[in-house]
Amino acid sequence: MKSAVIVFPASNCDRDAAVALWKITGQKPKMVWHGETTLPKTDFVVIPGGFSYGDYLRSGAIAARSPIMQDLIRKASAGLPVAGFCNGFQILTEAGLLPGALLRNKGLNFVCKPQKLRIINNKTMFTKAYKQDEIILPIAHHDGNYYADKDTFNKIRKNGQIVFKYKDNPNGSVSDIAGICNEAGNVLGMMPHPERAIDELHGGTDGVELFKSVMEAIR
Amino acid sequence: MKAIIHIYLKDGVLDPGGQTIARSLRSMGFDSVKQARQSKMIELDLSETDKTSALSQVEQMCNKLLANTVIEDYQIEIIEGN
Repeated sequence: MKSAVIVFPASNCDRDAAVALWKITGQKPKMVWHGETTLPKTDFVVIPGGFSYGDYLRSGAIAARSPIMQDLIRKASAGLPVAGFCNGFQILTEAGLLPGALLRNKGLNFVCKPQKLRIINNKTMFTKAYKQDEIILPIAHHDGNYYADKDTFNKIRKNGQIVFKYKDNPNGSVSDIAGICNEAGNVLGMMPHPERAIDELHGGTDGVELFKSVMEAIR
Repeated sequence: MKAIIHIYLKDGVLDPGGQTIARSLRSMGFDSVKQARQSKMIELDLSETDKTSALSQVEQMCNKLLANTVIEDYQIEIIEGN
């Protein structure tokens, strides 16, 4: 599987994502600078975590208008699998590829800890390799409080777009939502970090199946 | 010409920063504070000389970047002259 990781100024999980992809897929991912205008030929794109553009204006707002995002939006809309973790989730909502928005955490604290999650939809291309219903992934964010108005929330719930929920909601997000996908099911955004849970030395390996799910789906 | 843009969270969208400010003011003895909402103000210097055109450009800027209309509303004030 060919993969790519977009790198923005102040991305800081880009190399974690690259290591995870390389280790799990066996192929070295392409690192794509945000100023590029065309994605390389790839089967899967990761929008990494970090603090792109220093979170100026709103988290992910400036990155979502980067040159590379035009091509990404076009290809994701045509079905290219894309996953955004943490700041990547914020960028995908700001780019309009995912519904809703991410607000400041309800408790105002930056939360950084291992987080229990429930897999709500295990039929997506990002979750079908999971055998278990509950996993633990690291979270590390300040703006992870997912918000959607009533109509949007009802729509994503009915469509099975809610992929992950928190146990013991750490940030006040609507209905404990930790991760969602788009209606077509090829774009995932989540606040937890699967790329930081792929080796026993990370303290857990519950992130591995997410990447394996994608591999199986596009094989 | 100047544009002053006021960007604020929509009614009903949680503003934990505003809540904390209100709590702090009350704890200082300002008992009349019922609620606080935090917002942003952006001031732009524009080379545009036509007010209508300036307003339409700034509206586009708000919809495309400055505001996230999922969670925010905005108001634009155009001030002619320097």
